[in-house]
Amino acid sequence: MTSTDRRNGLPDAEGALTALAERMRGAVAINAALVGIYSGGAWLAERLAQVLPGEHPIGYIDVSFYRDDYSKKGLRANVATTTLPFEVGGSRIVLVDDVLYTGRSVRAAINELFDYGRPDSIELAVLVDRGGRELPIEPTYVGARVSVARNLSVVLHRHVDGRLELTVEPSGAQGG
Amino acid sequence: MANPQLNDKGELTHLLTLDGLPGEVIDRILDTAVPFVSIAERDVKKVPLLRGKTVFNLFFENSTRTRTTFEIAAKRLSADVINLNIGVSSTSKGETLLDTIDNLVAMNADMFVVRHGESGAPHLIARHLSAAGRSGIHVINAGDGRHQHPTQGLLDLFTIRHYKQDFRRLTVAIVGDLLHSRVARSLIHGLTTLGTPEVRAIGPQTLLPAAVESLGVHVFHDMAKGLSGADVIVMLRLQSERMKGALLPSPGEYFKHYGLTLDKLSLAKPDAIVMHPGPMNRGVEIDSAVADGKHSVILPQVTFGIAVRMAVMSMLGTS
Repeated sequence: MTSTDRRNGLPDAEGALTALAERMRGAVAINAALVGIYSGGAWLAERLAQVLPGEHPIGYIDVSFYRDDYSKKGLRANVATTTLPFEVGGSRIVLVDDVLYTGRSVRAAINELFDYGRPDSIELAVLVDRGGRELPIEPTYVGARVSVARNLSVVLHRHVDGRLELTVEPSGAQGG
Repeated sequence: MANPQLNDKGELTHLLTLDGLPGEVIDRILDTAVPFVSIAERDVKKVPLLRGKTVFNLFFENSTRTRTTFEIAAKRLSADVINLNIGVSSTSKGETLLDTIDNLVAMNADMFVVRHGESGAPHLIARHLSAAGRSGIHVINAGDGRHQHPTQGLLDLFTIRHYKQDFRRLTVAIVGDLLHSRVARSLIHGLTTLGTPEVRAIGPQTLLPAAVESLGVHVFHDMAKGLSGADVIVMLRLQSERMKGALLPSPGEYFKHYGLTLDKLSLAKPDAIVMHPGPMNRGVEIDSAVADGKHSVILPQVTFGIAVRMAVMSMLGTS
């Protein structure tokens, strides 16, 4: 479905997004809220809301206050504000993230959502799944699956024209 | 000399004073406080950052508001909080300050929030912990003597930034009893560090510290002149309980010259904000029409104070 950039072994981000939207179309509830995990997931939630049928409230979540590595790494700079402009209790939510890896960010996001209320359901949509899970978490919808060495991070970028691009970079603070 | 508030990586490990605290660290605290503001609006007003940590509020001097906001901040970070009003317990039985600290360390304290009548008491505790190899235990100064009240200074800075964005264009007037005010001292250091071009001190000669001009502050004894064109007005409480000797004729006389009324407020910029660290003496330093008026951001200051204290505690938590 998606073309592969031979230089870094990653799929084209726009192609993976198209594939992800195809898989969600007709499967996601027409009023489901799309909640993007900062920052890549937030961009994806906005793009998905434009192309999926139905009315989808958009929310943003920064999981920094719920991360399990806080006691080791401390609080990172520039924590964004979680914004969920809809009633979480009783809602259908699709969490949206760019890269699914260990599953720890998703665990943190689910914990945070429950501090706002009890959703009817939570699904998970990811642009790319790179395997390597450390928690029993599986995505509902996947754009592309990739295989990347453990010492590398897969990072989503947004260009000024809005175009998305995936790159691999040496492992930094990212993880999830 | 190394800054005792920062560890060898330049991270905040104690918060003792805004004097000498780098602008990047102040900015980082203010930035970190932003997402904490909205936690108060959620179903569950808690995040798990300090879960399992024990915070001791050590208040050798009374302060309901500061102690309460520190307690709320720690609880919203999921810490366990123990409040000790030391004035009425151990020290009255002769225990020294550092013996008290050692006992609380033996109870596995992770953080001390200290309010003390003596300037430098929180520094003394921080040095003691460091000498004892307890670098994982953090100290926050919640007001020491006439010296500093850094979290109040930070919440004032946060409030100013919230309403006025950029410090580098502002005229800030601080009015009243600067002599006895650790709040003013902390705020002046913070404003200067963040590049505020015009900081004014307004008050009678007897209530302005002799060295205030050396902090880069312009002194005014005439309130009308001092308020002219101000973006931010910070009213200080007349600290009658700290007054020794006759520094003032009477509260009524003081209000006439330095009390903030709507008339005097009209000399400032039309969108000026009015702040007060509390508790207010209505009719002494501020008129009710101003305190409850549309320029007043006195109650938002209290709300922001919780978020700022959460930011400080969460940044200290792991350094």
